[in-house]
Amino acid sequence: MAEATCRVLRDGALEGELAPALTIKDSILSPLAFHVFDYVLSQLSSFILAGKSQSRGLVIVAFARSPSYYIDLMKSSGIDGVSLDKWHLFWVRILDCYTDPLGWKHRLKENGRIGSSPDSSFGVTVFRDVRNLEKLLSGILELGKGIVGQGKDRFCIAIDSVTELLRDVPLSSVASLLSNIRCHGQVSSTFWLLHSDIHDTSTIAALEYMSSIVASVEGLTQLKNGQQGLLEQNLRKAKLRVRLKRRNGRVRLMSEEFHVEQTGITFKSISSEEESMAQTLVPKVQFNLDLSEKEQIDRSKVVLPFEHQETDKANQIYDGRRSLMESQNGMATEAEKTGVTENSSRGEIVYLRDSDDERPDSDEDPDDDLDI
Amino acid sequence: MEGSSNLLDEALGIFHDISSSSSSSLPSRSCVLIEDCVETSGAFVIHHILKRSLSSSASVIFVSLSHPFSHYDRILRKLGCNLAAHRDSGRFFFFDMLMLGCTDQSVGNIHTGGLIEFYGKIQKVVEDIISSSENSKNITIMLDDFSLIEVAAKGSFNHSLDFLRYCYTLTSEFGCSLVILNHEDIYLGEESLTPIVQMEYLANILIKVEPLATGLATDVHGQLTVLNKGMIDKSRSSTNKVQNFHFKLKENGSNCFYPGTRA
Repeated sequence: MAEATCRVLRDGALEGELAPALTIKDSILSPLAFHVFDYVLSQLSSFILAGKSQSRGLVIVAFARSPSYYIDLMKSSGIDGVSLDKWHLFWVRILDCYTDPLGWKHRLKENGRIGSSPDSSFGVTVFRDVRNLEKLLSGILELGKGIVGQGKDRFCIAIDSVTELLRDVPLSSVASLLSNIRCHGQVSSTFWLLHSDIHDTSTIAALEYMSSIVASVEGLTQLKNGQQGLLEQNLRKAKLRVRLKRRNGRVRLMSEEFHVEQTGITFKSISSEEESMAQTLVPKVQFNLDLSEKEQIDRSKVVLPFEHQETDKANQIYDGRRSLMESQNGMATEAEKTGVTENSSRGEIVYLRDSDDERPDSDEDPDDDLDI
Repeated sequence: MEGSSNLLDEALGIFHDISSSSSSSLPSRSCVLIEDCVETSGAFVIHHILKRSLSSSASVIFVSLSHPFSHYDRILRKLGCNLAAHRDSGRFFFFDMLMLGCTDQSVGNIHTGGLIEFYGKIQKVVEDIISSSENSKNITIMLDDFSLIEVAAKGSFNHSLDFLRYCYTLTSEFGCSLVILNHEDIYLGEESLTPIVQMEYLANILIKVEPLATGLATDVHGQLTVLNKGMIDKSRSSTNKVQNFHFKLKENGSNCFYPGTRA
């Protein structure tokens, strides 16, 4: 399923269509979206290197993690067939919004307050004004064109994370940036990362509308309501729920389990353990345990005993003693009258207790006086 | 004292080297977030990490917004560590920022560059340490506490988070480690816990200091939850461990133990 997602991104956009976009989201109780992001990134890279994908290059917009992290990631993911030292010369560019997103370091350097740090390595461009999204957009597209040229070749864009972007700029601007990216003729596909519990539901919904695939990372084990707790299981493995909107309008929902391991993440279909467990829990029986729709409707029509059988009449359950008292006090004359009219039509149980002294259910043994 | 807090050390990834009888400091590039609350202060964790860092060969840049130097000096002396001597030998750098955000001070208006200046000072010290030592040293930057930076930034969490993000870049750029203390309960009233959650996403070691869940006890002062996401930066190994301890504070240190192992 994660593979299916990667395949959609690999196949890219058709002429005159929006580029496919993937949102990867998680929450703090199971913060594993970065692992999924890395997985998608390395899958796409290997597709690009093998020449299998529509795109010829990759632009990484790094907000949350340093460019060197991504360089290490590419190196460690063991992409064969290229010289690893100059791997990024040809097909990857990193727009570094991590090191100096607001231009503080630049300002301090100009004033001579801090030393000049070593120049960024080749393939990495430092971006110093993340609040200016127009500049950011042109920066991203420039890098992309730097790889594939001005022709018809396309490139991919990976943004980690939109959350960082949303901290500085309003949603409307971010949305326009993302839709501009998707509209651009040379963009093959794009994906971004989101921490869902930092934003309003409206913000998340807006971003999900803009993406053709939504992959959400959810913890496998949920605590009871109101309990917030860290669970080690949720940090090691999680469920990936993917909602994939096809070109023809069909929507596919898939879920999969993944484990975080030393070497990366491994996916496993969710059916293997849980579903087989669920199947064995329901015993095999000859008769049907479920109700059909018609049966359910019929069942709801059945009036249960002691329910209001005549809607205009108050619900009374005879308790012997009280109604006797009432009739003695002359308060229940009306009830008596109606009782009389009813007597003719239906049966009745008449019960008059012998005396008030005797309690209806006395604990005394009635055979007490017998000498057996 | 030496052996008693081993659980906390282990959870933090500080390992004792028996052969050289010196402990290592925090793993480089780690970012530790300590969350405490009014009932149970997490200051002892700060003191503990400070002592561990100084007893290894690491340098410490300590940014204090809550207490003066003398406060830490007295406490660390009880723990068997002379801060003044370390300061004189150039391994302990103390930023007294108690006056940060006071408008009549020379610090100036925080919105128009106070925090930028301040960040510049920190990076300058880091660069000086790096250039002065031949072999690359571990540098620990400690922030006590973050909520007061927010106060200094006139309550703008975003602005203070910008500052924190810049400090965070020092971890990847110079291999420093970052230790931040913040209070969890000051965000509880808001409709969501977003500020603290944003910091939790940033940190790779999270320490929650809470009162005992089952109530008060004389010999247990509180409980620690340590979440170690591991260092995904270097070896790309992610351990993701969650550990729970109880702790007891003593005159000359703290004592960590697994629940139920001490009467």
